[in-house]
Amino acid sequence: MKALDIKLTRDLKRLWAQSLAVALVMACGVATLILAIGSYRSLDETRSAYYERYRFAHLFATATRAPRHLLRRIEQIPGVARADARVVEHVILDIPGMAEPASGLAVSLPRDLTGTLNRLYMRAGRLPEPDRPGEAVIGANFAKAHGFRAGSTLHAVVAGKRRRLTVVGLAMSPEFIYALGPGDLVPDDKRFGIIWMSETELEALADQKSSFNSLSIALLPGTNAEPVLAGIDETLKPYGGTGAYARKDQFSHAFLDGELTQLSAMARIIPPVFLLVSAFLINMILSRLIALEREQIGLMKALGYGSWTVAWHYLKLVMLIAIVGILIGFAAGTWLGQGMTRIYAQFFSFPFLIFAGGVDVYAISAGISIASAVAGAVKALWGVISLPPAVAMQPPAPPVYRGSFAARLGITRLFSQLTVMAIRYLSRWPVRSFVTTLGVSFAVALLVVAMFASGSINHMVETIFYQSDRQDATITFADAKGPDALLSVRQMPGVMRVEAFRTLSVRITHGQLSRRLAITGKPHDAALSRVLDLGLKPVRLPENGVAVSERVATLLELKPGDLVEVELLEAGRGKVQVPVTDVIQSYLGLVVFMRIEELNRLAGLGPRVSGAHISADASQIGALYDVIKSTPALSSIALQTKSREKFREIIEKNIMISTVVYTILAVIIAFGVVYNSARIQFSERARELASLRVLGFSRAEVSRVLLLEMLVMVVLAQPLGWAIGYGITWSVVEELASDQFRIPFVVERSTLAIASLIVLAAAALSALLVHRRVNRLDLIRALKTRE
Amino acid sequence: MPEEIFVVEDITKIYRTGEVEVHALRNASATLYEGEMAVMLGPSGSGKSTFLNIIGGLDTATSGRVMFRGLDLTGFSQHQLTLFRRDRVGFVFQFYNLIPSLTARENVALVTEISRNPLKPEEALELVGLGARIDHFPAQLSGGEQQRVAIARAIAKRPEVLLCDEPTGALDSKTGVLVLEALSTINEELGTTTAVITHNAGIRQMAHRVFYFADGTVSRVVVNKKRLEPAQIEW
Repeated sequence: MKALDIKLTRDLKRLWAQSLAVALVMACGVATLILAIGSYRSLDETRSAYYERYRFAHLFATATRAPRHLLRRIEQIPGVARADARVVEHVILDIPGMAEPASGLAVSLPRDLTGTLNRLYMRAGRLPEPDRPGEAVIGANFAKAHGFRAGSTLHAVVAGKRRRLTVVGLAMSPEFIYALGPGDLVPDDKRFGIIWMSETELEALADQKSSFNSLSIALLPGTNAEPVLAGIDETLKPYGGTGAYARKDQFSHAFLDGELTQLSAMARIIPPVFLLVSAFLINMILSRLIALEREQIGLMKALGYGSWTVAWHYLKLVMLIAIVGILIGFAAGTWLGQGMTRIYAQFFSFPFLIFAGGVDVYAISAGISIASAVAGAVKALWGVISLPPAVAMQPPAPPVYRGSFAARLGITRLFSQLTVMAIRYLSRWPVRSFVTTLGVSFAVALLVVAMFASGSINHMVETIFYQSDRQDATITFADAKGPDALLSVRQMPGVMRVEAFRTLSVRITHGQLSRRLAITGKPHDAALSRVLDLGLKPVRLPENGVAVSERVATLLELKPGDLVEVELLEAGRGKVQVPVTDVIQSYLGLVVFMRIEELNRLAGLGPRVSGAHISADASQIGALYDVIKSTPALSSIALQTKSREKFREIIEKNIMISTVVYTILAVIIAFGVVYNSARIQFSERARELASLRVLGFSRAEVSRVLLLEMLVMVVLAQPLGWAIGYGITWSVVEELASDQFRIPFVVERSTLAIASLIVLAAAALSALLVHRRVNRLDLIRALKTRE
Repeated sequence: MPEEIFVVEDITKIYRTGEVEVHALRNASATLYEGEMAVMLGPSGSGKSTFLNIIGGLDTATSGRVMFRGLDLTGFSQHQLTLFRRDRVGFVFQFYNLIPSLTARENVALVTEISRNPLKPEEALELVGLGARIDHFPAQLSGGEQQRVAIARAIAKRPEVLLCDEPTGALDSKTGVLVLEALSTINEELGTTTAVITHNAGIRQMAHRVFYFADGTVSRVVVNKKRLEPAQIEW
């Protein structure tokens, strides 16, 4: 090995703790980058492959009851490659051994399967035989949750008829990668499942003989969807068509899109923080190393080594640190990626999902890390290159300290000389002190970002389940009923309060902006499912006008007082201009409310209800469940308590995982920055500190000078870290917001306090390590060494 | 008459630190001959070190001319100066300037690796009487030993000139003599032109010629009639 390389390895051995700290910070950047890009890719590529292989449709439409012969007309719309008609029905499921009713979606399977869209991936068993009634294929995740196998039985209430179903197969479909039951915030495989039945049987049950209520369309490559959508709408209009929509509005697809957006947001926000901090640490360590080795650099140049050769020697050190960081990052990123894939398996129903890092992801993250390391090193290396050999041979001139303004006022006289030393040092190197402070504040910020979620979710649960939707259950009728339907609900066992609602598909237009969504009509004095404003105060719905959620207001650029056009896509297709009266709080979906009487007037079918929110006596809940399971008029039921419990269970577990991971990362940063800067201050001033010891100051007093400097920087870093944490959290919340889901921006004070405590603890630990070095300071040698 | 190796004509060096201008050298001129042992004496601040740095290619003159074997050093680029130092000049400094993380042998190898026709590190260390301590780190060597490693490092490349800035400045008389003996051996056995800066007037007695520096210039040059062996020098 060459002499310079020997020096390199020995330098690295001597600086191992500091180098490892930097390498770990860099590893965090690499790992999070691999995690984000790799997960993005896994999800995106798996989804595409799944869509491709199982022929996921491009467009979708629903109708009330459309005759089958329309299919030919639809297939003639230019651009349509294939159209499949089906019957899809909401069903209530009665599962042996489960007290509460479950909900499901029954989907018909065509007689002739050749070339059909949305094909099933069969996990086990076979498809139902058309001539054998009562056979069904059920969703694989639903089956797993209940232990169903081929041969198991369950009861379903389909379009008011109770049927015994025998499971003949388990399947997955590209349509239901992500499937939510009514009222649920996260998938609950126990209480919601997909059921595929033969077309013959479902058509008969749902009274859809020779007709359909659901349409799937594949487009020819390169087709513009808009005219096709318009063509479908035109065709289905007389049959209760509620507006055709493309993949981006298909629930499962849109949710996956949301997840992909989150992953790319994560790739943009989190890794840069780490890479920035590691670049800064490299700059700090290298600058100091070079300052300490000034004479050695001069010597190498005097011996005839070229400037670039010497710079390359130091750059190699940086590269080695980076390579260690990258390798650790590779391992951690792959491990985290596999963990992420396991988390996805809980939410998504994929026949296959593997963490697809890909060589280029690793290459890109390695490249970016090397680049950031080199960027951090550039300034210090320039110092190496520009150092003239002769100047390098002389000791550096003592840094110029100036009396500060405070000193002129005599304020410094209030402090001891040791305190003045510390203050002068900080003000002598304002940029460096600030950058160190900034580094520590990044650790605080990262912790705030890591931990805000639990506060946010608490706030969300409190708002949704205790402030806004306070009902015990929500039942939905198979189709809109007259007001007397509420009477039978009121008579169910244990029901204490009933609150009707009406839901209709609408298109809301404001100027050029337009959105297809569901509008909900509610009584103006709703007390169970309440409408809350942005300050979470109950809103009384106006006689004339709509209340829109914040997300809708943003999408359509609405503010109170604006006029919007509400066009019904079903039931009478009325169109009306109404003012926006309130912008309201809602974390889920695109929400628009109006008074139920207003909505019914617009629909023109007299007073109608889609379903009801109910509160019930807990002691009679079992009896209520039994009645609901056998009530033919119901198509779905949502149970608030069950939804809340499932949400808490899943989200808390996942938040726990990510909080732990980010906390570890933040501690690495905090420790890396504080330990490195303390070590550097120490080595820089070993001589000065040794002189103090020789003059008779105690170890504790000498440590105090160093620790005071650190303390000032660490304390100043706290408010700065909170502010940066707020900023990053805000941008995370903004980036994560999708049409389906929005996390409230809530940073609790306890989160800030815990973040600070963790960083202060990491700082205290590094202080302790440095203090031990002060204790071991060799007075004679420190004074002999010519710095 | 030996050949001229360095011809220095009227060099001036001005350092600017902030608003202060320091004239380190004012119109200094001197000539060094092949194979001679020159000693440079003078109070601190008289310009000896600057003079040595400039002829060694560590620094450049503000004005004036430095000729080395007919080559004009003043016109050299940084790269040419690097090559000049690498191939032709050996330096020895007052504070040894060894790399603390390298052993004696490795410190010498630092130079031999980039030289065209070097001695082996072991040979060079043998020449300065350190054959037995080649695997010691600087911290394990005494001051005199460290300085001899530095000398070994300087001569291992077989330089044409050896420039020493206060080589005994940090040493006691006994170890100082060992170092001077090493320098003298090299001057005599390898014929390397050697220039030694010193505060110690006694050392002038081992020189062929003595250059006296004052106020940034060479005030006089004295030829030694009778040279002494290092061991005979009184400190």
